[in-house]
Amino acid sequence: MTALTDDTLATTPGAMRDEMIVFAIMAVLLAAVPFTGIYPFFVMQALCFALLACAFNLLIGYGGLLSFGHAMFLGTGGYVTGHFLKVGAISLPYWPGMWFTIPFPPFSPEMAIIGGTAVSCLLAVITGYVSIRRQGIYFAMITLALSQLIYFIYLQAPFTHGEDGIQGIPQGKMLGFLDLSNTTVLYYVVLVGFLAGFLLIFRAINSPFGEVLKSIRENEQRAISLGYKTDHYKLLAFILSGTLAGFAGSLKVFVAQNASLTDVEVAMSGLIVLMTLVGGLGTVFGPVVGAFVIIAMQQYLAGFGQWVTVIQGVIFVACVLLFRRGLIGEIAHLLKRSL
Amino acid sequence: MKKSIASLLLGTALSLLAADVAFAQDKLDKVVKIGSLSDQSGLYADLGGPGSTLAAQMAVEDSGLTAKGWKIDVIAGDHQNKPDVGVNIARQWFDVDKVDVIVDVPNSGVALAVNNVVKEKNGVFLDSGAGTSDLTNAQCTPNTVHWSYDTYTLAHGTGTALTKAGGDTWFFVTADYAFGAALERDTTAAVTALGGKVLGGVKAPLSTSDFSSFLLQAQASKAKIIGLANAGADTTNAIKQAAEFGITQSGQKLAALLLFITDVHSLGLNVAKGLNFTETYYWDLNDGTRAFAKRFQERAKNHSMPTMVHAGVYASLIHYFKALEALGGNPHDGAKVVAKMKEIPTDDPLFGKGSIEPNGRTIHPAYLFEVKQPSESKGPWDYYKLVATIPASEAFTPLDKSTCPLLKK
Amino acid sequence: MAALYAQLLVGLINGSFYALLSLGLAVIFGMLNIINFAHGALYMMGAFCAYFVLSLTGLGYWWALIIAPIIVGIFGMVLERTMLKWLAGLDHLYGLLLTFGLALIIQGVFQNFFGSSGLPYAIPDELQGGMNLGFMYLPIYRGWVIIFSLVVCIATWFLIEKTRLGAYLRAATENPTLVRAFGINVPRMITLTYGLGVGLAALAGVLSAPINQVRPLMGENVIIVVFAVVVIGGMGSIMGSIVTGFALGVIEGLTKYFYPEASNTVVFVLMVLVLLVKPTGLTGRAA
Repeated sequence: MTALTDDTLATTPGAMRDEMIVFAIMAVLLAAVPFTGIYPFFVMQALCFALLACAFNLLIGYGGLLSFGHAMFLGTGGYVTGHFLKVGAISLPYWPGMWFTIPFPPFSPEMAIIGGTAVSCLLAVITGYVSIRRQGIYFAMITLALSQLIYFIYLQAPFTHGEDGIQGIPQGKMLGFLDLSNTTVLYYVVLVGFLAGFLLIFRAINSPFGEVLKSIRENEQRAISLGYKTDHYKLLAFILSGTLAGFAGSLKVFVAQNASLTDVEVAMSGLIVLMTLVGGLGTVFGPVVGAFVIIAMQQYLAGFGQWVTVIQGVIFVACVLLFRRGLIGEIAHLLKRSL
Repeated sequence: MKKSIASLLLGTALSLLAADVAFAQDKLDKVVKIGSLSDQSGLYADLGGPGSTLAAQMAVEDSGLTAKGWKIDVIAGDHQNKPDVGVNIARQWFDVDKVDVIVDVPNSGVALAVNNVVKEKNGVFLDSGAGTSDLTNAQCTPNTVHWSYDTYTLAHGTGTALTKAGGDTWFFVTADYAFGAALERDTTAAVTALGGKVLGGVKAPLSTSDFSSFLLQAQASKAKIIGLANAGADTTNAIKQAAEFGITQSGQKLAALLLFITDVHSLGLNVAKGLNFTETYYWDLNDGTRAFAKRFQERAKNHSMPTMVHAGVYASLIHYFKALEALGGNPHDGAKVVAKMKEIPTDDPLFGKGSIEPNGRTIHPAYLFEVKQPSESKGPWDYYKLVATIPASEAFTPLDKSTCPLLKK
Repeated sequence: MAALYAQLLVGLINGSFYALLSLGLAVIFGMLNIINFAHGALYMMGAFCAYFVLSLTGLGYWWALIIAPIIVGIFGMVLERTMLKWLAGLDHLYGLLLTFGLALIIQGVFQNFFGSSGLPYAIPDELQGGMNLGFMYLPIYRGWVIIFSLVVCIATWFLIEKTRLGAYLRAATENPTLVRAFGINVPRMITLTYGLGVGLAALAGVLSAPINQVRPLMGENVIIVVFAVVVIGGMGSIMGSIVTGFALGVIEGLTKYFYPEASNTVVFVLMVLVLLVKPTGLTGRAA
């Protein structure tokens, strides 16, 4: 059985240097955006999704696990951060339907982000423990069902306001002085968040941990016979992926100023898969490119209504049948470099 | 290295220049852009949707402003009943497309979210689609005017009438979002004020197609009235299934708290006969309403008649244009235009004479209708008979009871 | 008490749909190892087919029960021949992704032409009206749904487990090369099996049209519950899916009576519990 990422090139010695150069170019290009006429709001959204897609890619591209439920982390990061920013109170359930509330005043942005990311991490630990037992399609199905479970919980939970979502989330001042309601300041904060998350993933991939992950993906039995506790490594990758996805969700709340059910739907999980597929599963920069392509498409084709869904479906089918390496994957293959 | 510094400086200079130009735009001009934000393809598409865009275009044509040299555009957007999609479209419309006024917006959840954005961007929000009375109470802004109806109207129209007629125990089937909650809340207040009791309620997700388990719960409660606190396709499905499960046969009465003529058309008179509900516009009320309806029907999809939402879009824009003419142009300052709108009394052939309260609520009479029996109807769209006229003072929240922060000065 | 029985009966009706749909999924997965994400969209196509058969030809419900599964089944076989075949040697995840993309396309196209609201489809005259069962008034049509799905499920199980054709199908999945050596046309078997699974989905769609209205998104949410059903019942086990489908419908009905807020989540919570205890599902085989 050909694995999903068998087409990605193995890392060559010059690969890391290539990747660092591309990273630097990407960072400079993104930093220059406020000085061009491009609508910064669109780029900020794309950055959040790019980080989300990179987090997802960590799991599939290097861990070999296709998660169809990453929306649950995006949504959790968003809802928790949004709630902390707007209301602040922490409600803990002590019985189904009964909540015990600790009233806090609204949090500052950095505490809200930490809170959102922490809760996503906790969710990743719990869901990872349940899902890691299986792999391949079973793993995908389980993550799908778990994310639907989370969707229904959020639909009912009072703090999310169900269909109405959390609206009018204040942006506040990061670290006391960075006024996030200023679009340019917000842009650079989001950019820094994205680059930091990206570098973290990059570091994880190119570390002993990453090497073990890759070996598990190639041949799990062999890795086990070499003495590695493969389940632990896979769980760690899942937790890292989920936490960073939650972080992306937290950032997105500052951009959109609302948190809603759309972020936890199955369609969102599908969108994440699509972004990574288009960009190139298992490539370093593929998810970023894929995210920008898909978000741009949604933005500029918005007038076409539901044809956008059809186009996304067609891209899905085309990528799976013909274009399995994705955009960056094909470029990398042509240039015989690792991207 | 030097090249990038130079380009950086140039870029900064250019953007500062652009900002400078933007500031100089604080004067009046004759350019207006209208955005009709609606549910274009979902459960509210018939009562709002493309019909609202048509109503907006008709208002532009009837105002005669294009002949006077004004440039007025109407664009449409689909919020898909999702607040985040609505907010994204609204934000983009203000930031990039230079839209001045947003109309329609059925779905109270989306309306409340867009309400925030309009206030932030100092635009104008003329809502005639959403029901939640919060838009002129706790969530009122100086940029919003709420047209056509709200949950208070429905509650005090239908709720009061049915309770007075003997329906003193109620059970609610509520759409689980802002509108349903607001409608349930306001109707409960109206029912209990007359001594009635609410025996219970159940929340159904928005866009439910199978109401069987909810209706069975309603049946088990033995309440005399089953209040349907939902709208559009949710209401029509519930009504059809209530008939299927024999609920209406066994003595309980259905209260369709929000019903539009398009709903009655899709239900058919056989199913909908006898239903009581409140609306503020019906095409066959008087000559003014008939004239508008005839012109609308010619151009509408499927030749359907205008609903009170479509009528609200038309009337709100006609009044908006009056305010712009009074100001001598478009100042692109939402709060200023809305303030002017509140000064002028409203008068149009659809709703008659009325006014706009300081909290943004339009005041005019409302009507209690009953769906005709099939034998009483003379043809398609001849569905309603007028039961009572509710004076403006009773149809909307009295100012002294309004929780609008703008009023507390 | 009457209310409890009423909710249980409604639950059984829902369970009939779960069983029919998970049967189709289980057939496709059991035989082809493909997770058919497009199952919900094909269910929807079945309902639309019934609607069109009625409006274009005037043929009613009873004809639709036969025609719609055949038309949609053929459509499914075309899909299998043209697209799924290409993925034969690859990781099964590609099949999942492909069918997911197909679902998006099918649903999007229908949404464009028909909006998201429902098209009405009337209950056939023979099945109108209801029976007073004492604890509730049961519409005859809904009673018919339960009986019909039960019959179809048992018939399919019999076909696959007890007949020769079924034996060939099962053998072809376990060891295609050997079966081909016996002269049996394996690719054709596979295409037919996919067609059968899709046909079952379309049949469920026709059955559901008078209850749920014909809407482009009608398959979207039910399909995930059905996935959970198949995971609980054991992916690939026919009887497991049927029993679990009905059982979960009843459990949902129970939850609606005792604790309505949890009725949406109970299926998934059960799935998590089953997976923690028995990762292959209640009756499934290890894969």
